[in-house]
Amino acid sequence: MAKKRIISTSINGDPVEFLAAPRQTLLEVLREDLDLIGTKEGCSNGNCGACTVILDGRPVDSCLVLAVEVEGSDVETIEGVAPTDGLHVIQDAFLDQAALQCGICTPGFIMSTKALLEENASPTEDEIRFHLAGNLCRCTGYDKIVRAVQQAAEGETN
Amino acid sequence: MVSLYSSLAPSDGTPDAMRDFEYEAPTTLDDAVALLSENPAAVRPLAGGTDLIDHIRTRRLEPDVVVDVKKIPDLNVLELTDEGLRLGAAVPCYRIYGDDEIAASYGALADSCRIIGGTQIQSRASVGGNLCNSGPAADSIPSLIALAARVVIAGAGGRREVPAEEFCTGPGQNVLENGELVVELLFAPRPAVGGSHYRRFIPRNEMDIAVVGVGASVELDEAAESFVAARISLAAVAATPLFVEAAGAALAGQAVSDDAIAAAAAAAREAATPIDDMRGTIEFRKHICGVLTERVIREAVARARGEETGYRIGR
Amino acid sequence: MASVEERQFRVEPFPGGAPGNQRLVEEGRLPEYAVVGTRPVRHDGTDKVTGRARYGADIKLSGLLQGYVLRSPHAHARIVSIDTSKAAAVPGVHAVCTNADLPSASHRAGDLGEGVVDWYHLNQNVLANDKVLYTGHAVAAVAADSVHVAEEAAKLIEVEYEVLPPVLDVREARLADAPVLNDDVRTDRQPVGEQGDTPTNVAKHFHYEKGDVDAAFAAAELVVEREFTTETVHQGYIEPHTATALWSPDGKITIWTSTQGSFMIRMQVAELLNVPSSKVKVVPMEIGGGFGGKIAVYLQPVAAVLSRMSGRPVKLNMDRSNVFDATGPTPGSYMKVKIGVDADGMITAGEAELLFEAGAFPGSPINPGCMCVFACYDVPNGRIDGYDICVNKPRSNAYRAPGSTHVALATETIVDEICEAQGICPVEFRLKNAAKEGDERVDGVTYPPVGMWETIKAVELSEHWQSPLEGPHQGRGIASGFWFNFGGNSVVAATVNEDGTVSLIEGSTDIGGTRASISMQLAEILGIAAEDVTPTVVDTDSIGYTDVTGGSRTTHATGLAAIKAAEDIQAQLRQRAAILWDVDAEQVEYDSGATLTGPDGQSIGFQEIAGKLNQTGGPVVGRGSVNADKHGGAFGTHIADVEVDPDTGKVQVIRYTVVQDVGTAIHPSYVEGQMQGGAAQGIGWAINEEYYYGDDGRLHNASFLDYRIPTCYDLPDIETIIVEVPNPGHPFGVRGVGEVPIVPPPAAIANAIYRATGVRLRSLPMSPPKVLHELLAADQ
Repeated sequence: MAKKRIISTSINGDPVEFLAAPRQTLLEVLREDLDLIGTKEGCSNGNCGACTVILDGRPVDSCLVLAVEVEGSDVETIEGVAPTDGLHVIQDAFLDQAALQCGICTPGFIMSTKALLEENASPTEDEIRFHLAGNLCRCTGYDKIVRAVQQAAEGETN
Repeated sequence: MVSLYSSLAPSDGTPDAMRDFEYEAPTTLDDAVALLSENPAAVRPLAGGTDLIDHIRTRRLEPDVVVDVKKIPDLNVLELTDEGLRLGAAVPCYRIYGDDEIAASYGALADSCRIIGGTQIQSRASVGGNLCNSGPAADSIPSLIALAARVVIAGAGGRREVPAEEFCTGPGQNVLENGELVVELLFAPRPAVGGSHYRRFIPRNEMDIAVVGVGASVELDEAAESFVAARISLAAVAATPLFVEAAGAALAGQAVSDDAIAAAAAAAREAATPIDDMRGTIEFRKHICGVLTERVIREAVARARGEETGYRIGR
Repeated sequence: MASVEERQFRVEPFPGGAPGNQRLVEEGRLPEYAVVGTRPVRHDGTDKVTGRARYGADIKLSGLLQGYVLRSPHAHARIVSIDTSKAAAVPGVHAVCTNADLPSASHRAGDLGEGVVDWYHLNQNVLANDKVLYTGHAVAAVAADSVHVAEEAAKLIEVEYEVLPPVLDVREARLADAPVLNDDVRTDRQPVGEQGDTPTNVAKHFHYEKGDVDAAFAAAELVVEREFTTETVHQGYIEPHTATALWSPDGKITIWTSTQGSFMIRMQVAELLNVPSSKVKVVPMEIGGGFGGKIAVYLQPVAAVLSRMSGRPVKLNMDRSNVFDATGPTPGSYMKVKIGVDADGMITAGEAELLFEAGAFPGSPINPGCMCVFACYDVPNGRIDGYDICVNKPRSNAYRAPGSTHVALATETIVDEICEAQGICPVEFRLKNAAKEGDERVDGVTYPPVGMWETIKAVELSEHWQSPLEGPHQGRGIASGFWFNFGGNSVVAATVNEDGTVSLIEGSTDIGGTRASISMQLAEILGIAAEDVTPTVVDTDSIGYTDVTGGSRTTHATGLAAIKAAEDIQAQLRQRAAILWDVDAEQVEYDSGATLTGPDGQSIGFQEIAGKLNQTGGPVVGRGSVNADKHGGAFGTHIADVEVDPDTGKVQVIRYTVVQDVGTAIHPSYVEGQMQGGAAQGIGWAINEEYYYGDDGRLHNASFLDYRIPTCYDLPDIETIIVEVPNPGHPFGVRGVGEVPIVPPPAAIANAIYRATGVRLRSLPMSPPKVLHELLAADQ
């Protein structure tokens, strides 16, 4: 079996070292080895976005990143979004707008939204819907998710 | 994401955790070529990984060694100069459409990069990787063909260049010899009055594999009223992406007109030899091929003329 | 009360909602509640936006083994032999099991709340015995130190198959010469209760008849008869199935899993493993969507057997392709429906022949399909025949209003054709024919007060219906739909805390915000804030038996239990106040402001008396246990605007409004969410979703790439109009909301496509190749 190697990275602002075999995805290591279970597995092939994390400032499907690839990178997961005192404006908006039902897709949507708003502080509805097309939700019909992103964008620009 | 082989090899109901392999991340082209040459059949290069990782998980590919090429500077070049555009094979999609000048000059390329997977995929997936997967429905290859990209290949024997339309040889197959890898794609400077466009037909508006894809690059005369030259390309209607010279020939020298565009579309439709599968029937694909070719040429013309058309991705 | 036609209504924004969230209000009637109808932040919300909520796959246990299930590559085959010895010998493998490791099962029926199973068939579905009946059918399972080892070992299991021809279409499967899937299946004719005597794929035949159907058709002014087909579709929840089990040496089995019904899992595991249900504890994890598909067991008993064999806890996860291959689906169908009307556009007769795919084993929702096909209208004469037919696809399961979406496509598009032929507005036709209180359905049920008419009235009054379409190739369609809803068993226990809050425990797993809607009902009765209730969903050892979260029952029935628990608390607090004031409890009042008052002007607030419980007799726990049977059915009517690309056949839904009678909206945001989400699923079913099989019976699109559920870039804003015709069987009038909204979309969209193009689609999905084919055919 391929030997595990030590990977040094930053996760949610903290320096982290972990052991990973080449065949382990970032998703698997986050969930199974680092106990960061907020990142969810929905499809394992980049079609649902439930496992979205932010890697060096970009949203990625962590099921399609090898853990060994993140050597030297900054990884941000749902666990790192909230400040120590309260919730992030996006998290508040998702709650205010009832933008979740079962909640399994919610961490992925929040990570994608965060990446979107960091790049485009006041997106149009069309831009929101296009940007979030890689995140599937089967419960909400997306309407309230779009409202939440709009509310978060307003909150961030205010 | 992926899809390349799924129409050929349906799931047997047992995909899974990943098969074991070794990982190497060389920082020079020479080291990469050396690694790829050691045991070519068992080594796969990894750029964005958005196809490769899924192929390994589902055992469509079973490499013993994965060579991560993202740390090699040559493969990360993205440079627009008077000489044209240099696009490193590992440059992720978002960097391409994120560069306003490149997106404006090489519209078709940016169009492709905006629709390969979702935003998350575009953070990783590269045009070079899309090309090397050589899927018949690959969204970037028609743009490369329409824009007359040259593929720069490195191997133990040195470098060579291949026109984009000659790169793919079959579904998942291409001209790369054992130990070779794609270093970069070279694009000539754009004509003074030129426009290009790629779009695909999919049942949803995003997150799908092309049922048909069409790329077009047009050069117009100074008055922007006649075609000087045009290159038309197709995806998902044959075993490889197609360069339809006859479609471009139907436009070259003609005034921009419904008739000329219809003739080009007819040529594209004629060139298409699609199959029936879960993504579309032969009848449907042939028809869409004509419809889309007309629409894509019109958009490319509008871009050449600096006109706004209200094009919305997926619609 | 004035007759419904004379009452005055208006459509207005629903307070606190986003633009597009509206309600139908009847002049002079607006119920006043303090908590009900408000929009508090859900209690489990913070955990879910911070990633702390623990779903099925998130459980960690010391010594946990990971499992892998080997599945059939064939759609139909006899298992000649299975040799697991090579897998068992792999280092790191702790157990390998097959059907032989399950206790043998016998033919007995079990009621899972949203469908009936035969235990013998469920045993074979969990692990195939002598035959595999669909690709992805589980054959064997391995538990090992890691999922990678388990998988590699599983691939060493040698299974010898004798491949048999598959049958995938209901019309072929019912023929006498079709391959028979299950030798033990005989046609069960209902409601007469006769059994056939030869092996067959036709597992059930339901027959309902009312009035003189033939005479009514003969006398009808217009009769329209059409045939319809729909493809197999999947619920498409984002969380794959998962189960973790520990079979302890003391005989106790603990199952951690995400499920719609922890007690249903307990029952199934106990039955299949032949242990008393008291020996099984099911710990419900958060559930990442179910829609009817997470009621039956798949992995749970297998994980338990692997745990017994290994002495370690074992986790089994499906991946996405397993989910599509082996779970879910709701049936594909063939339907022939006929409706007759008189010269005034009043329905005089209806007839339906419905063929639903059971999948590998009997159990499609054919009976609800029969009961729903004419449910929206007063149909004086009707005849319905429904057949449950086995085919080589996964065993079908409930999916949101199971069976009703299929039949609405048929009935509602025929109604649209009749409207056009007779020159009647589709709204007017439905207002005239709407099912009302006292009408008897063809299957013999008489309606209590229902709100079908009001949903159409709301359509008529809506800005959407009154607005013009704006472009070429656009069309607008409407369609209605029905679901029974359900009551059933629920238990709630609520403890008053000394700080004046209440801890509520329940057995209903929370899929879409029911912790909030149940807490709000308790809070309303007690006069406290929703935020002062802390709801927790507990395991099966910690609360009384509670039925599935399904059938749109939870806010209704578990809400009733919460109301009873609140009333129990009120009674106990009156006694405590009586002790404090030395008066009789009967003399103490509990007013809606959460204040207890005595006969001599004494007064004490909820919070204050909560702090005095230990001095007045000890903690107060309210109990609510219900077997609810007055759920009241519900109707919805949807408005769909589409734009059809005439050159590609692609259909864009450009505006959409969901109108639904919900009885009373407890938490309007989550009611709207159900309406929007159900409509989105219905839109997906209408336009693109389908199982795509090869002739060999292999599923080609077992991924979210090619099984195309809508993305947010595919959908418009989904507007809502909540109609509140209170259910007299619930103190606040709750009917249930989850299922109705999936029913009308395919028909509404088909009708809209017709208005846009002049082409009628009678086959789902109305995907671009199909629509284009019809458009081109119409051109010629």
